[in-house]
Amino acid sequence: MSKLGSIGARLHRGEISYDFIGHRKIWYGVSILITITAILGLAVRGLNMGIDFEGGAVFVTPKTSASVAQAEGYARDAAGHEVVVQKLGTGGLRIQIAGMDTAQSDEVKRELAQDLKLDPEKINADLVGPSWGEQIAKKAWQGLAIFMILVVIYLAIAFEWRMAVAALVALIHDITITAGIYALVGFEVTPGTVIGLLTILGYSLYDTVVVFDSLKEQTKDITKQTRFTYSEIANRSINGTLVRSINTTVVALLPVAGLLFIGGGFLGAGTLNDISLSLFVGLAAGAYSSIFIATPLVADLKEREPQLKALRKRVLAKRAQAAAAEETAGARGGAGEPEGATPAVVGPRNQPTSRGRGRGRPSGKRP
Amino acid sequence: MAAPKKGRSASAHSKPWRSLALILIAIAALTGGMFATGDTTPRLGIDLAGGTSITLKAVNEPGKPNAINKANMNTAVGIIERRVNGLGVSEAEVQTQGNENIVVNIPRGTNEKQARDQVGTTAKLFFRPVISGQPAPAQTSASPSSSPSTSSGTDSGKSAAPSVSTTSSASPSSGSASPSPSETKQGRPLSGGLLAADDKASSSPSPSTGGSSSPSPSTTAPAPSGTDASAGLEAQLAALDCSTPEARAAASEKARAAKETDSIVACDPRAQQKYALGPVAVKGERIKSADAVFDTQAAQGWIVQMDFDGTGAKQFASVTGELAAKAPPQNQFAIVLDGEIASAPSLSGAITGGSAQITGGFTEQTARDLANMLSYGALPLSFQEQSVTTVTAALGGEQLHAGLIAGAIGLALVIIYLVTYYRGLSFIAIFSLLVSAILTYVIMSLLGPAIGFALNLPAVCGAIVAIGITADSFIVYFERIRDEIREGRTLRPAVERAWPRARRTILVSDFVSFLAAAVLFIVTVGKVQGFAFTLGLTTVLDVVVVFFFTKPLMTILARRKFFADGHKWSGLDPKSLGAKPPLRRTRRPAGPVAGPAETKEA
Repeated sequence: MSKLGSIGARLHRGEISYDFIGHRKIWYGVSILITITAILGLAVRGLNMGIDFEGGAVFVTPKTSASVAQAEGYARDAAGHEVVVQKLGTGGLRIQIAGMDTAQSDEVKRELAQDLKLDPEKINADLVGPSWGEQIAKKAWQGLAIFMILVVIYLAIAFEWRMAVAALVALIHDITITAGIYALVGFEVTPGTVIGLLTILGYSLYDTVVVFDSLKEQTKDITKQTRFTYSEIANRSINGTLVRSINTTVVALLPVAGLLFIGGGFLGAGTLNDISLSLFVGLAAGAYSSIFIATPLVADLKEREPQLKALRKRVLAKRAQAAAAEETAGARGGAGEPEGATPAVVGPRNQPTSRGRGRGRPSGKRP
Repeated sequence: MAAPKKGRSASAHSKPWRSLALILIAIAALTGGMFATGDTTPRLGIDLAGGTSITLKAVNEPGKPNAINKANMNTAVGIIERRVNGLGVSEAEVQTQGNENIVVNIPRGTNEKQARDQVGTTAKLFFRPVISGQPAPAQTSASPSSSPSTSSGTDSGKSAAPSVSTTSSASPSSGSASPSPSETKQGRPLSGGLLAADDKASSSPSPSTGGSSSPSPSTTAPAPSGTDASAGLEAQLAALDCSTPEARAAASEKARAAKETDSIVACDPRAQQKYALGPVAVKGERIKSADAVFDTQAAQGWIVQMDFDGTGAKQFASVTGELAAKAPPQNQFAIVLDGEIASAPSLSGAITGGSAQITGGFTEQTARDLANMLSYGALPLSFQEQSVTTVTAALGGEQLHAGLIAGAIGLALVIIYLVTYYRGLSFIAIFSLLVSAILTYVIMSLLGPAIGFALNLPAVCGAIVAIGITADSFIVYFERIRDEIREGRTLRPAVERAWPRARRTILVSDFVSFLAAAVLFIVTVGKVQGFAFTLGLTTVLDVVVVFFFTKPLMTILARRKFFADGHKWSGLDPKSLGAKPPLRRTRRPAGPVAGPAETKEA
């Protein structure tokens, strides 16, 4: 852990630093690829909607001696069509029958109880009419839309529209990926999944907002200096908050992992499992996107501003000049390395920027 | 810019104990409140406690669009509540959810099938003429069969009979109504013509006249219209048991099932009467509106005013004309809602014009209740079963157990992580988490009785997820402090300088999280709502805890030698954090820890 700590420290000081912005094209490419795969998955395989969306019934029995195959037979006889039966960790069975209305399912429940020699009162039943899921889904979409609009407005006010756009893109990216994974793997979509998905909204943005907050702080007086371009400062912000991002994600994932473990291992399927599964996937995607997508996107958008374009030119000109000077002085080269820009960005960052801003102490001798 | 910041942090710095005391007092007060109310555990939802949860969706009756509105839904909730509680269920709760759903939660121990039958059907309101009546005291007053003899006969007319009048006759009737004030609280003249009936009623107040006569056969049974069928009806009436809620529920179920053209027997629990009733004279849909009004003009106190539509007015006029001529109790008609009599006013004249008032002995509450019920007759809604979940107590307990274990595991993992990464600092984080957990638990317990909050599985899930959000606030702050230390500051200034920035980040990000929770809570239905609620609650608590607990505690501990000197285990060791020597140099010298730098992150 002390090793962890020192890695963290080095991350902070920029000794370890990854040029997120410089390599953004690669990550954009990766994301686009994943997104396309996800969309393809959604289009081709579609989501495996649970009975909450299709209408049907789920029965959970207490511990029983009947085998899965036996129960399947009973249930098929009772319902008249295909059923899915799972054995649960508790020794009970989970019998899922799609496409039944609530009236019909009473009958089925009684027959099942008889076949399995159980008291019908001891069987847990979840009967869902087909329009209920529709309603849940409709409301969820509504919530999603309203939330996105509000968040864009909020971010546009608290930060600026470019960040709002970038955050939105990252958000859509996360949701697409999560949905795509659900389609590809064939996990069942339930109201629990929807809950998880909607929570990702908050979480993914939460993460993004923290990075943006640091970015905003560090770029406050950007036009008054000529040492760094916007992208470089953005990169520094990401690296600066990287420890926090990693910690946050780990800390968020740990309880979810606990849920997943318990939900999956102990209860078989159920709400706990559904929520935590989509959360798990979404949180991971969220952490990734706020670092690799949202911030580089902001940098891209920002660099189009005439002011910052001019700044970039000034910075580059100054660097060229300095390099030339160094060369004439016969100093060691080393500027040609691919990572050349990074140390320049990262090295002295603690001193001038943060200090200058934080205390209003003029950065003094700095030209 | 620098100055105000300094000022603010200085003030925060100066009184950390005060904030700490504040939050501790708040916790103590809330906890005290929790024990005072006696609800020391959060109320559990159906999926954790076991029981049946039924979700209904309102559907417009054909030809009546736009009927799904708040008022109608609330009336429907009232009706369903009455029905379910009629089953003898003590803690059933009926709530609207979203705009068009009603959720009925019935705790375990109730027959699911029966409950569903009760809940699913549509309530209907009818006006039926009274054929005969009998007192039917509820059990509270006496044992059912011993009927404390509310004098036989006409008494029925008396205690139960409100009266009806046309609106126009309202003021005149006030005069006539004067006799009625003397009569019982329950008597409700359906005004205008009411006096006649009412007079009679008031004349026979004698509560305990007739003693005995438990079945008190056929009260007013002069039964002029004693047709052949009426004999059977009388027998039914005599047999009708209105003494207990269960019996009444059974009775109303039967009455509900009857055809509109049939005669029925029904209970009037408010007036403690039972009646044999004729076929439906006017249907409830014919009521255009019904209101409880305080009548200042005629000084009749609270009255219920109702208006019929065109057809209704005609039907009502003819039936009232017919009834008014008869002898009591047959000059009464019953307002039957859902198989149970809501009121059985008497009348003395035809009520024409489509407007009627029911007067006499109403309190504000009873007037409103009746007006609501009458409105329900105009309620063009029926309900569709959307989902029915039955959870046995065993599974509920198992799920609760699993949720708690998951929470414990999650919490333990987070604590282990925090301890390894932040060492001494994690002490602050763990205490803050603990405070947060206590607050969440206490508030959830208090919210149970306060707003009907019930902890269900998604809510447990939300609370577990919130561990991450809460812990993150500490991480943001700690990282800021470490940043400052790396820049060469000593702990105390670092703590104060880090705070304003960390505070902003925490507020901004918590706001986003809260926004998500709020939108979800308002927009969505079903399980999603419970989740959103916990998430929102814990987010707010997170801000409270960070501001009033974590920050002050940090300030206080920063004065301790252990932290201030950056003990190796404090998590603030400048050396292991790689702090720079406290000087301002332009070029960074080679990092103090130039060890093998694995670049395994990213």
